[in-house]
Amino acid sequence: MSESVQLTRALVRPIASPAPSGLLADGRIDRLLNTTGAWALGILWLAPLLYAVWTAFHPSAYSTRFDLFAPLTLENFRAAWAAAPFPRYFLNTSILVATILAGQLVLGTLAAYAFARFSFPGRDIAFALVLIQLMIMPDVLVVENYRSIHALGLVDTIPAMALPYMASAFGIFLLRQTFKTIPRELEEAARIEGCGTLGILWRVYVPLAKPTYLAYALVSVSHHWNNFLWPLIVTNTVETRPLTVGLAVFAGTDQGIDWAIITAATLLASGPLLIAFLLFQRQFVQSFLRAGIR
Amino acid sequence: MTAHPLGNGGRLAAIHGWLLLLPAAVLLAAFTHYPAVATFWHSLFTTPRGNRPARFIGADHYRDMLADPIFWTALQNNLVFAAGTILPSIALAMAMALWVNARIAGRGLLRLAYFTPTVLPMIAVANIWLFFYTPDYGLFDQVRGLFGLPAVNWLGSGDTALGAVIVVTVWKEAGFFMIFYLAALQQIPPELGEAAQLEGASRWQRFWRVTFPLLMPTTLFVLINATINAFRLVDHLFVMTRGGPDNATSLLLYYIYEVGFKFWDQGYAAALTMVLLSLLATVALLKFFWLERKVHYQ
Repeated sequence: MSESVQLTRALVRPIASPAPSGLLADGRIDRLLNTTGAWALGILWLAPLLYAVWTAFHPSAYSTRFDLFAPLTLENFRAAWAAAPFPRYFLNTSILVATILAGQLVLGTLAAYAFARFSFPGRDIAFALVLIQLMIMPDVLVVENYRSIHALGLVDTIPAMALPYMASAFGIFLLRQTFKTIPRELEEAARIEGCGTLGILWRVYVPLAKPTYLAYALVSVSHHWNNFLWPLIVTNTVETRPLTVGLAVFAGTDQGIDWAIITAATLLASGPLLIAFLLFQRQFVQSFLRAGIR
Repeated sequence: MTAHPLGNGGRLAAIHGWLLLLPAAVLLAAFTHYPAVATFWHSLFTTPRGNRPARFIGADHYRDMLADPIFWTALQNNLVFAAGTILPSIALAMAMALWVNARIAGRGLLRLAYFTPTVLPMIAVANIWLFFYTPDYGLFDQVRGLFGLPAVNWLGSGDTALGAVIVVTVWKEAGFFMIFYLAALQQIPPELGEAAQLEGASRWQRFWRVTFPLLMPTTLFVLINATINAFRLVDHLFVMTRGGPDNATSLLLYYIYEVGFKFWDQGYAAALTMVLLSLLATVALLKFFWLERKVHYQ
């Protein structure tokens, strides 16, 4: 295929640059239509978020009324912050996300190294068994996992929320792919210098896989920051509940609370990730890309 | 690949390999493989309650399931939900990627707009959209009001609730899938399109004859993900509808949650989970034995 590409490239370049005038006029309408379509969709996609921002930053009298001169306020955020234990929820979510990520990185690195660079009986079957998790995720096994967590006496703890996700097939797969691209010569050089198995992993493989680690970390954190069903099932107190569950409880039980405050709470809960995303947009998109290409 | 005398081939290496694998293997076995098998085993027993231990009842749960109208509703809803989310989100994702990949005014901002829903928690998204759908006050009814149309209880009426939930899911997912198309588009050499243009192909023809076939592997990847999500995403139901009205928006996993954790009938919930597992297994088998072969023609 690359030959034909080269050939086409050689053939096309000199002729293609001056477009015939008829085509140009055609292209202009085309471009206008495309730009309009793209922006119509873009506005549709942004509208819910903009609407939420509007509601959260204005007194509730303006929740559904658009007035350019409506007074801005932070009162809704203060009210939401005071109405539910959000600081505690933030702490719980942070601990949860960090625990899961730490577990995933350590376990994933070890397993990926085994799959990428060791040959042992049963390796390929083991790898196939790992990949099953890509299809059948812990998310759908909540009934049995609750049974196990209950039997372990871990209900309503942070480890209970983290354990099913700590061994991630996705992470193992991603790191294995990366490790496989690292030249074996580097490993042998380190071995000659006296490094053991873990030393080689730590000194050679881990440093060279940094971009993959970063990409995986971003994807993992944003996934687990937002996770809901399993934490809902295994937690039942303020001391363990993560933000998503806290938000659902807050919005669900207090019917008297008005929309402005609920929306403010919603933005609070999504805030850290949203701000991180806006600041590091390129890295986010690159990470999701890197993590998604197989 | 030759085995290094001290390195990765010998008996010592095999032991090292297994030791490295062990921690992940233990957790994977405990929280993915064991529960998948245990689901089947426990679906054959009654739910233990108080001092009454679980009792073997064979296929009774499955017989009950066949006679359970809510199960059938949830399954049917889930198939509608899958059909309503998979194709639209893939088509939109492809359109978004084509737009953002082309030279278009405000490209960076557009990409931001499309991708932002991906980083929001589904629970937060549901809260925002719940407000949208509120009769009279919500944005939808306000816009309808401008045209003199009456208020609609979008989430409260059996006719519109599932559709309303589908719209939210598509909004949340499309930008995520766009990323994969964007990556694929950037790897297509522009010369291919130019060559087709020289041969007099219109934009439309160029898309269907050149771009679309080259995007096929990505489409497959996205299709699999969208399908799994269609059976996994239920977070928004907790906020928006609680499966109602009258189970009109209940999906399989949501029904499993209700049976298992509200009615605490874990035996029956296990039987329901088996249905979900077999659906996902079917997707996996289709992927490996059928689709995988069809895309490798390029």
